[in-house]
Amino acid sequence: MIVASSASSVQTKNKIPRIVFIGQPNTGKSTFFNTVTKSNAGVANWPGLTVDFMQANLDNNGKTYEFVDLPGIYDLEGFTEDELVVQKFLENYNFDLIVCVINASQIDRQILMPLQVQRLGLPCVLMLNMADEVKRFGVKINTKELSETLNMPVFTISAKYGSGCVLAIQGIWDKLQTIDDSYKCSDIANFFRSNKVTDNDMDEVCKIGVEMPSEDVTTFSNRLDSILLNRVVGLPIFFISMLAVFLAIWFVGMPLQDPVGNFTDWLQGAAIEPSLSFLPKGFSDFIINGPYAGFAALLGFVPLVAFFFVVMTALEDSGYLSRAAYLMDALMRAAGLDGRGFVLQLFGFGCNVPAIMGTRTIRSKTQRLLSILIIPFALCSARLQVFVFFLGIILPGIVGGFALWLLYIISFVVAFVLAMIFNLSGQFKSKDPFVIELPPYRTPTFKQVALNVWSEMTTFVRNLAIFMIIGTCITWYLTNYPGGAEGMNTYAGRIGTFFQPLMAPLGINPLLTVSLIIGFVAKEVQLAAVATMYGLGEGSDALKTTLGGVITFRQGFSYCLFSLLYVPCLTTVATIWGETKSARFTIFSVTVSMVVAWVVAFGFYQSWGLIFS
Amino acid sequence: MTTQLTLSDLDVSDGTAMVVDVVSDGSQIGDGFRDRLIAMGLRKGKTVKVLRKAPAGDPYQVRVGSTTEIAIRKTEAKLVLISKS
Ligand SMILES: Nc1nc2c(ncn2[C@@H]2O[C@H](COP(=O)(O)OP(=O)(O)OP(=O)(O)O)[C@@H](O)[C@H]2O)c(=O)[nH]1
Ligand SMILES: [Mg+2]
Repeated sequence: MIVASSASSVQTKNKIPRIVFIGQPNTGKSTFFNTVTKSNAGVANWPGLTVDFMQANLDNNGKTYEFVDLPGIYDLEGFTEDELVVQKFLENYNFDLIVCVINASQIDRQILMPLQVQRLGLPCVLMLNMADEVKRFGVKINTKELSETLNMPVFTISAKYGSGCVLAIQGIWDKLQTIDDSYKCSDIANFFRSNKVTDNDMDEVCKIGVEMPSEDVTTFSNRLDSILLNRVVGLPIFFISMLAVFLAIWFVGMPLQDPVGNFTDWLQGAAIEPSLSFLPKGFSDFIINGPYAGFAALLGFVPLVAFFFVVMTALEDSGYLSRAAYLMDALMRAAGLDGRGFVLQLFGFGCNVPAIMGTRTIRSKTQRLLSILIIPFALCSARLQVFVFFLGIILPGIVGGFALWLLYIISFVVAFVLAMIFNLSGQFKSKDPFVIELPPYRTPTFKQVALNVWSEMTTFVRNLAIFMIIGTCITWYLTNYPGGAEGMNTYAGRIGTFFQPLMAPLGINPLLTVSLIIGFVAKEVQLAAVATMYGLGEGSDALKTTLGGVITFRQGFSYCLFSLLYVPCLTTVATIWGETKSARFTIFSVTVSMVVAWVVAFGFYQSWGLIFS
Repeated sequence: MTTQLTLSDLDVSDGTAMVVDVVSDGSQIGDGFRDRLIAMGLRKGKTVKVLRKAPAGDPYQVRVGSTTEIAIRKTEAKLVLISKS
């Protein structure tokens, strides 16, 4: 029988029983959560991937249950933002069962959390995850003894490869049958201040049922580290593999646009045109040459972006990111950041939003703000489309690939230099202690990569469709009204002309200026705007030809630079606001990026003019 | 009086050493950080071993116990008091 402690209390039974997953970072909570609920929470071999809770409902025997995946935390009494998410959750919501997931190969220290849960007096099932690694390391655990000492059911599983999961899930259902109450916690941090789980308590439990291997084994990861973290070749290997990745994205992704283009052309003739034939001719022409043409042009990026996410996912799952943090820490220190900041910047290459949320693992407020300030400069996958599109026009072939790589470098250098400047200014002066885990290298499974890429791509195509409609409609309106107006007399023309004193020195013409303004919403919308303004009525192929005729390399690259550095999208701005809860900081961040974008594009455009004219 | 050895004094060639204590610099962040180090396995009686140092000599790659590996900066390693065996 479980007795609630002074920090937990019995509540009336939840109608929908709630099962909460907790554990240290990187123990496989999200992987197991996905197995249990068949959902698709993010998984990576990087401690601190989940920073917010994820929820999924599941029916069993005609009854609905709610499962919640929480961020990994080192212990229940901590006070970083991600740790507070867990404490607040347990203090604000009634729950029925805790599922504690630990990396069993590190049970000698991870036993802390089950002990803390036990001390809180909460019903719990313990999952000893990573059974495969336990075996490889030679850790021996007597689950029966452990279960008796802890007074909770214990299961050995491998969430990634599936072994033991069926039994473990059954164990969760069985346990739920025996629980008549719901629970809630209060003031957890305070409770542990006077009821600390001591070293002794942990050793006590481990003495009985656990045998750890020798301290000087050389694992496969150690051997790989001796190359990848080598003092001489470690950094060069890192940079060369990055270059290889970005070039591969270009060379694998670009040719794949053609088959997609053939498909969308075919679809247009076979399905879209016939199904729109009931509409008035002018209107169906608008749909086909406007939103559909733009959508088709951008759909061509699907293979490219998918390939990008395949590489990203594999990289995240491999464990190399923590190593990158280790290698780059010394450099990042010069900017007042640390190795984690570098990895967050890499995450930002996928999407800025989760990267900004990932800063929650940084304790020092000022260092966290500094990270948030520079993440929006990371070249995200949405901007990748803009660049692939424009570079494809202004720099076809291999040069384009290198230009893309150059943009990634610029993205990082600008972020780095800004951090350095702000750090020197003293405003963000801070020192967050730096320690991270270096998990063993892990092979990404096909299933994990496929699932992740699939979820990224469905979001991608959905956003594309929505943004395309919004973007083309706004642009169409701006370029055709007021009624009867043409060229520079339309709203678009007038807005663009109004900003010309500011944008002409960057070589950005009125129409492209309007696309940048519209692009404030999202980069997909920006492309939609360009497509509509230059391509309407001419089909997707003609679009590139038209644009190629009106912009030079100098103008196009300046436009790319501006797009790279100015506000990425509304969602990012909203996230910055949400995370900092400061309107002032948000406005500051937006202002900084606008100014930087202008200065860099101006610098490029003018100096190019000086050198080559 | 002998000076207390810390993890930051440990070299790759020294092999395994024993954690004696983990201290805090007294600030709130420091106290929390001490708990974090302990949760990562740096507690009294555990072994530590410096596997390598980064190209700039900092941070260290350290094995804690037998199955945990961490990267820790020199300044932070100073908080971990050790004794060489
Ligand atoms: N070898 C092995 N790896 C696993 C197993 N379960 C999960 N992993 C890997 O462990 C890493 C972490 O998994 P996640 O599910 O993201 O861990 P998490 O606990 O949700 O991590 P945070 O969200 O950071 O707290 C990933 O690389 C998984 O592929 C397992 O049973 N065996
Ligand atoms: Mg997770």
